Amino acid sequence: MEYILIFISAIFVNNIVLSQFLGICPFLGVSKKVDTALGMSAAVAFVLTIATIVTFLIQKYVLDAFNLGYLQTITFILVIAALVQMVEIILKKVSPSLYQALGVFLPLITTNCCILGVAILVIQKDYNLLTGVVYAFSTAIGFGLALTLFAGLREQMSLVNIPKGMKGTPIALITAGLLAMAFMGFSGVVKI
Amino acid sequence: MNNFKVMMNGIVKENPTFVLLLGMCPTLGTTSSAVNGMGMGLATLFVLVCSNVVISAIKNLIPDMVRIPSFIVVIASFVTLLQMIMQAYVPALYATLGLFIPLIVVNCIVLGRAEAFAAKNGPIPSLFDGLGMGLGFTIALTLLGAVRELLGTGKIFSVGLLPEQYGMLLFVLAPGAFIALGYLIALINKLKANN
Repeated sequence: MEYILIFISAIFVNNIVLSQFLGICPFLGVSKKVDTALGMSAAVAFVLTIATIVTFLIQKYVLDAFNLGYLQTITFILVIAALVQMVEIILKKVSPSLYQALGVFLPLITTNCCILGVAILVIQKDYNLLTGVVYAFSTAIGFGLALTLFAGLREQMSLVNIPKGMKGTPIALITAGLLAMAFMGFSGVVKI
Repeated sequence: MNNFKVMMNGIVKENPTFVLLLGMCPTLGTTSSAVNGMGMGLATLFVLVCSNVVISAIKNLIPDMVRIPSFIVVIASFVTLLQMIMQAYVPALYATLGLFIPLIVVNCIVLGRAEAFAAKNGPIPSLFDGLGMGLGFTIALTLLGAVRELLGTGKIFSVGLLPEQYGMLLFVLAPGAFIALGYLIALINKLKANN
């Protein structure tokens, strides 16, 4: 039951993009087409889940064990950067088709703040490993949902005539605002 | 004079928030009030200036292959330093900004300036570039925070300007951040087009 609550909460109630403001850069950057949005979401889900497991283990068995808590930021960002690189190399060898689909997005993910953000949040919220993984995966689904919805909206928007000053980023931000407002309707559904 | 130009470039012509659209996460996430926005801006300013100076000073010692990871380590060290300083001297602000302080590491502005400016210029111009970019970011965040605070609660820097019942709570919450920033950028585009 607890896992289902975390799942729903991370996707709808505390959506990572629309209510926590993490991962805005890819949200605005790769949301022009639904296809690329889906590719990015899959890559994020993949890396986010693995990164959370690895950073969790490092926090518990290295940082906590040797009282090095203050090195958290440096360690996590380096681990994530190395991990993304490794995932890229392994994927290239093991599954070239998956690599083709996700390849372009992988290098972009290192600077996606939702990866580091979720890794730190899992430690802050004092989750255990399984809960942390469920949380990370649901967060990634929430990211994918917001990104895909937003890309769909932007595809439609490219067909209409927008006032000159509002073209590009301003109208995209206001659309995102309306989407966030829609997601606010879920607030209070699940209390954690 | 030249350094002054570099600095003004960061504040006006290449403002990181309104023109380059970098570092959107803290821009939207921490501007629920003018004070929070300014706190976040100054925190980023600190990291930006320090990392720019250090990176431009050691740029010749770093092999090109491991450039980016080395930059990230320098930036992450200053962020850790900042975390400790803020925890000690401004614990209330540190608690409000929360997660966004460690996330300065992945703020595209910091790495972007390291790569685009500090890796190619000496420490002194890099210092001014960091100052300019940091001030541009601080001004943008303070402005956005002030607009959201005014529309949301009728106050700016906790000084009441409008009667409280006119406040629209929406602007303090998440959707208001997107909408307010959208209109601010539209306004700036309009002003630029008129010039």
